Amino acid sequence: MSIWEYANPVKFMKTSSLVLPWVTGLAAVCLVVGLYWGFFLTPEAENFKQSVKVIYVHVPSAMMAINIWVMMLVTSLIWLIRRHHVSALAAKAAAPIGLVMTFIALVTGAIWGQPMWGTWWEWDPRLTSFLILFLFYLGYIALWEAIDNPDTAADLTGVLCLVGSVFAILSRYAVNFWNQGLHQGATLSLDKEENISDVYWFPLLLCIAGFVLFFVALLLLRTRTEIRARRLKALEQRERMA
Amino acid sequence: MIALLLRDLRLAVRAGGGFGLGLAFFLIVVTLVPFGVGPEGNVLARIATGVLWLGALLACLLSLDRIFALDFEDGSLDLLATAPVPLEGVVTIKALAHWITTGLPLVLAAPVFGVLLHLPGPAYFWLVVSLLLGTPALSVLGAFGAALTVGLKRGGLLLSLLVLPLYVPTLIFGAELVKRGASGMDTQMPLLMLAGITAATIAVVPFASAAAIRVNLR
Repeated sequence: MSIWEYANPVKFMKTSSLVLPWVTGLAAVCLVVGLYWGFFLTPEAENFKQSVKVIYVHVPSAMMAINIWVMMLVTSLIWLIRRHHVSALAAKAAAPIGLVMTFIALVTGAIWGQPMWGTWWEWDPRLTSFLILFLFYLGYIALWEAIDNPDTAADLTGVLCLVGSVFAILSRYAVNFWNQGLHQGATLSLDKEENISDVYWFPLLLCIAGFVLFFVALLLLRTRTEIRARRLKALEQRERMA
Repeated sequence: MIALLLRDLRLAVRAGGGFGLGLAFFLIVVTLVPFGVGPEGNVLARIATGVLWLGALLACLLSLDRIFALDFEDGSLDLLATAPVPLEGVVTIKALAHWITTGLPLVLAAPVFGVLLHLPGPAYFWLVVSLLLGTPALSVLGAFGAALTVGLKRGGLLLSLLVLPLYVPTLIFGAELVKRGASGMDTQMPLLMLAGITAATIAVVPFASAAAIRVNLR
């Protein structure tokens, strides 16, 4: 029993069809309970008033935005090294989800930033690097869309993902350096989560779990669609040859 | 490799008029900026560095799709790929040719355009240094983008979407170097970072570009 068995599309389709309803159900439960708990059953924070509730969408989506890119990097590497089609299709399926997560993080951040910092947008290092990440997602998806041959597209987007990852990290630190010292205290830093009391921490944890499961469910669904679309294409080609 | 470099340079100078085009575009950008932000000298002086860097970046972008497109169309790229020279070397040479025809003229012209934008005195030296260090990275990264999109019919717009995010670190450190240099602050950190990014880009990215071309020629 190894993970590489799932490189076989048939095996992947079989297992994913079994897993998919469970993951979807669990994601729904986590999200509904976590968001309800977070939105209605937690007290207002002293400095934040009601606006603290954005955290239950903002933090999970921001985490997913970064982690989905990492997942795409891993699957691209697997495709480039071991040539498993499912892997390349999973990367293709994940990209739009990552794009939307980045967008959600930016929008909820703006909604949170308006009452807290008095501005919708600030050229803060974190915000800026998320905007750059958004651009990387756009470029990646656009390259997939532009190329007809699926194998060529998988190869080229894989190479782009590798180079893009290096430059995304580089941009992250360059941006940090570029606006250092101008917006202290304006970042949504990780230490704030340590300050956060358990009242907020547990529903947040549930929301994060919900977002992860939600992503896995969407990813499985989209990858299955991609595999079916690929099969359809192959069948059509065979028909034309005959 | 030198023969290839000379061939590319000759093609760039003699055919198609792409050689002076980037420079003319740079001049137009610099001319249009005061119309957009107003002719006040102190405003222009403050944004001059950014405008010059952005202008150089866009002018560089303009000629990127020429790096491989013509050779791809007439088949000489296939010959180059099967030549005894490794494809990574070919890519590097082509990026170098692109830099000599667009990057280097921009570096040399930038101080002149700086006059138009009221660039403060001490900034000239650092502007030339930063562009000299930064533009090779722009050409090499541009060659990567061109290699990715060489097989596409209308890759131009996609090319800029792919390449511009990659330019972010170079632009940040390049502009920062000029800003610090002009105001007499410590320049070592952005100088080293800019040089490091360019050196690493030249060393590593041609492998990715060559891989992309191999995929496109398959």
